[in-house]
Amino acid sequence: MSTSFTVNGKSETVDVDPSKPLLWVIREQLALTGTKFGCGIAQCGACTVHIDGQAVRSCVTPISSVEGKEVTTIEGIAAANGELHPVQQAWIDHQVPQCGYCQSGQIMSASALLANNSNPTDDEIDVAMQGNICRCGMYGRIRKAIKATKVASSSKNRLFYNIANTENATEIDHG
Amino acid sequence: MGKWTRRAFITTGLVAGGGVVVGVSMRPGNQVKDLVGKLDLKDDQLIHTYIKIGSDNIITAIIPHSEMGQGVQTSLGQMLAEELDADWDQLLTEEAPAIGEYSMYSAGRRYLLAGIDFPKILIPTVDGAMMRVADSLNIQLTGGSMSVRTTGALAMRIAGAATREMLRESAANSWGVPANEVVTENSHLIHLGTNRREPYAAFASLVADMTPSQTPPLKDPSEYKIVGTNKPRRDIPAKVDGSLQFALDVRLPDMLFASIIRSPVSGGSLVNIDDREARAIDGVVDVLVIPETSVGSIMLSDTSSGEAVAVVADSYWAANQAIQKLNLQWSETGFESVSSDDIFAQFDRDITSRNERQTDRVEGAVDSVFSTADKVIDADYHVPYLAHTCMEPLNATADVRDGRAEIWVGCQNPLGFRRDLASVLGLEEESVTLHNHAMGGGFGRKSRPDFAIQAAQLAQLVGRPVQLIWSREEDVRQDFYRPAVQSRFRAAFDDDKNLLAWENTYTNKNEPIEAPLIPYAVPTQDIGYVSSPTHVPFGAWRSVDHSQHGFFTESFIDEVANAAEKDPFDFRAELLQDSPRHLAVLTKAASEAQWDRPLPEGRGRGISLQESFGSIVAQVVEVTIVDGSVSVDRVVAVIDPGLAVSPDGVSAQLESGIIYGLTAALHGEITIENGAVVQGNFDDYPSVRMNEAPLIETHIINSGYDIGGAGEPGTPGIAPALANAVFDATGIRVRQLPLNNFNLNIQTEEAGAVA
Repeated sequence: MSTSFTVNGKSETVDVDPSKPLLWVIREQLALTGTKFGCGIAQCGACTVHIDGQAVRSCVTPISSVEGKEVTTIEGIAAANGELHPVQQAWIDHQVPQCGYCQSGQIMSASALLANNSNPTDDEIDVAMQGNICRCGMYGRIRKAIKATKVASSSKNRLFYNIANTENATEIDHG
Repeated sequence: MGKWTRRAFITTGLVAGGGVVVGVSMRPGNQVKDLVGKLDLKDDQLIHTYIKIGSDNIITAIIPHSEMGQGVQTSLGQMLAEELDADWDQLLTEEAPAIGEYSMYSAGRRYLLAGIDFPKILIPTVDGAMMRVADSLNIQLTGGSMSVRTTGALAMRIAGAATREMLRESAANSWGVPANEVVTENSHLIHLGTNRREPYAAFASLVADMTPSQTPPLKDPSEYKIVGTNKPRRDIPAKVDGSLQFALDVRLPDMLFASIIRSPVSGGSLVNIDDREARAIDGVVDVLVIPETSVGSIMLSDTSSGEAVAVVADSYWAANQAIQKLNLQWSETGFESVSSDDIFAQFDRDITSRNERQTDRVEGAVDSVFSTADKVIDADYHVPYLAHTCMEPLNATADVRDGRAEIWVGCQNPLGFRRDLASVLGLEEESVTLHNHAMGGGFGRKSRPDFAIQAAQLAQLVGRPVQLIWSREEDVRQDFYRPAVQSRFRAAFDDDKNLLAWENTYTNKNEPIEAPLIPYAVPTQDIGYVSSPTHVPFGAWRSVDHSQHGFFTESFIDEVANAAEKDPFDFRAELLQDSPRHLAVLTKAASEAQWDRPLPEGRGRGISLQESFGSIVAQVVEVTIVDGSVSVDRVVAVIDPGLAVSPDGVSAQLESGIIYGLTAALHGEITIENGAVVQGNFDDYPSVRMNEAPLIETHIINSGYDIGGAGEPGTPGIAPALANAVFDATGIRVRQLPLNNFNLNIQTEEAGAVA
């Protein structure tokens, strides 16, 4: 059975078992390997992608359920000109990754959170991020990086961020 | 250091094809000629085993360690660049290939020079005290928090300094000026009198005719410009855009995928298999049985891998679906009735009988002190088996055909893996090419080659490239586990409540040998162990024996302080008056955490101190007890690593080690039922998540002592500081982990009596 959907803006049609999880279609049929396998039962979040803007665990998402949807993977969040997504940049600025294996999933969860909520509280960060395990334990850095990018999560805010960042960084950090 | 450098052989030579090579060999004999041709030199010149200088003046540091999250390429690169006076922005790093010339001779040297016992981890790698090069020198290990303090301190720095000296001398000769008028800066040579300035590359070929100094001078730390500063990690950009290729991401033409399963009780072999349902799954190519293997290992013991059944398919998902459809019958091993309770009961019996007890440290007349003491307290502690659960499940890709093998894997010992693969496949080591990838976590697990051997066995059987991926369930159930340990303590006091004696008997010693020792000045000590073997495979787990003994000794010293009616910090500090380094670390932790500031009802604060892998770490933990369970609010950690080469890297490693240890303290428990591991995935073997992660503050003391490790020292101290904080908040002394097994509203026998 064939399923049609878009991945990172590109139309794709695959002819696979409809129960095959999106994770393995992405990795095997589409050869996009940035999305990782960690547990297979939606416990660790390494496989997190966006479907129509929402963070989902692709390891338990049957490909049949993705028909007509927009899928975004870690390979698809930077700007077309190559400029990193603000979350990716914050991950570099805060030296977040250690082994890096979970970070595609962490970044996809964080970017989905920030797209809907540019100013998350600690509790909101806990809720949005607790599905993503980091065995290197970089939770403190992830939290700091999310907070540092919160006002830059949309283009509307980016101008504000740039101005504020030079003139009143403290207010931004705690705002 | 001086002793070592005099034994180093710094050599130069011409190489066929016109290139020039200079080498500082890390063991007698010049390996440089062998290296050429194995490295991608292009028109670069190999200036050292560890240094390439390109015609564009870009310097490449070749790092003989694997990356598993610790940023080793950056920190070792910093050490080389510092002594070489290299331009950091024009310096690249690359991981050394898995060839013998990069074996860790320098690591072995460290242990010889220090005059201490060789750890078992390295024993198969050396041939006696003469360090003769042998087949068994096939070690390229990343573990033991060793990279910076061995390869960095003993090889990268020497390499940089020796090369800089040769470049200075060749520039002086070329310019006709005294060498002491030539200085180095940012990969350039400068003549002080005339300000003449030329790049290193201009002199790279001249050093071939020189006789280099065998003892190049090293900088004083006060001169450091690169070491001790925070350089952005070189590996991070590829870790935020999904572009970094882990071994799991390898894609080869015509490649098949495999999933695998072994006997749930370790050591079982296949008696019967019904694979009809598995073979019916779309995409399945074959169901294969691969035989048991056993290879000499560099870690703790041999690596045995029992008979296994694998499904090979055109998709991993299909292969793993099919694995679950197999009906398998495994042979009886004799351990089918063993449970965790049985194992702990056995530990208890063996400690009680003190059968063939051996000692780590005996000072003073133990028996008479205990028999005449005014007060004696005792306590039993134990911790369960633990799995590693690296984020990247074990996997390897292999292509074994026509008398050659090629392996793609992320591992902690590429050379050891290559040796073991060659042994199992019946090939010469030179016929095995191993491509090592950055690991999605290692923690000790990826020093054991069982999974790579399985991939190679499958590829050999199939005759096509095969990518073997372990399911998370297989990863949890077929680990080499952090051993379960029991520890029984006694402490004796005089009538003024002064601590007179400390006795500890524990089960199953591994390494490091000093893990159960305490830094405190206790006049009478008897620390020893009994052997109590089990059938559960064991292996190195981040910080190895320190992870268990740190919890035991730093919890019991708290009990001792309480029995002496002293504050836990004050009590420790009094016993550290002759250990100023330890005292400084402990005191800074207490001070940064505001130890004396009162906490409200329901909250508590605990402290710990543990030296491991050459670094000293103190931690203060603050907790809140909510509805009988513990919430970890804050951790203040202080480390004295001698010198932090990359301070932010050290901090990151501390944070990481603390969370890894916190997962073990709160949740970690592998239980054995019917001889088999019960847990299988993150749902029943949980990990600390964002909502449980405390605020961690790290502080570094650069004491100037020998450089210590960073990857492991954060792990041992979190569990005892946490348990001590729980005691402070509740009066309940937790003597068994994981902590979340206990309702802290109820003082149970299991959690331990109130002291």
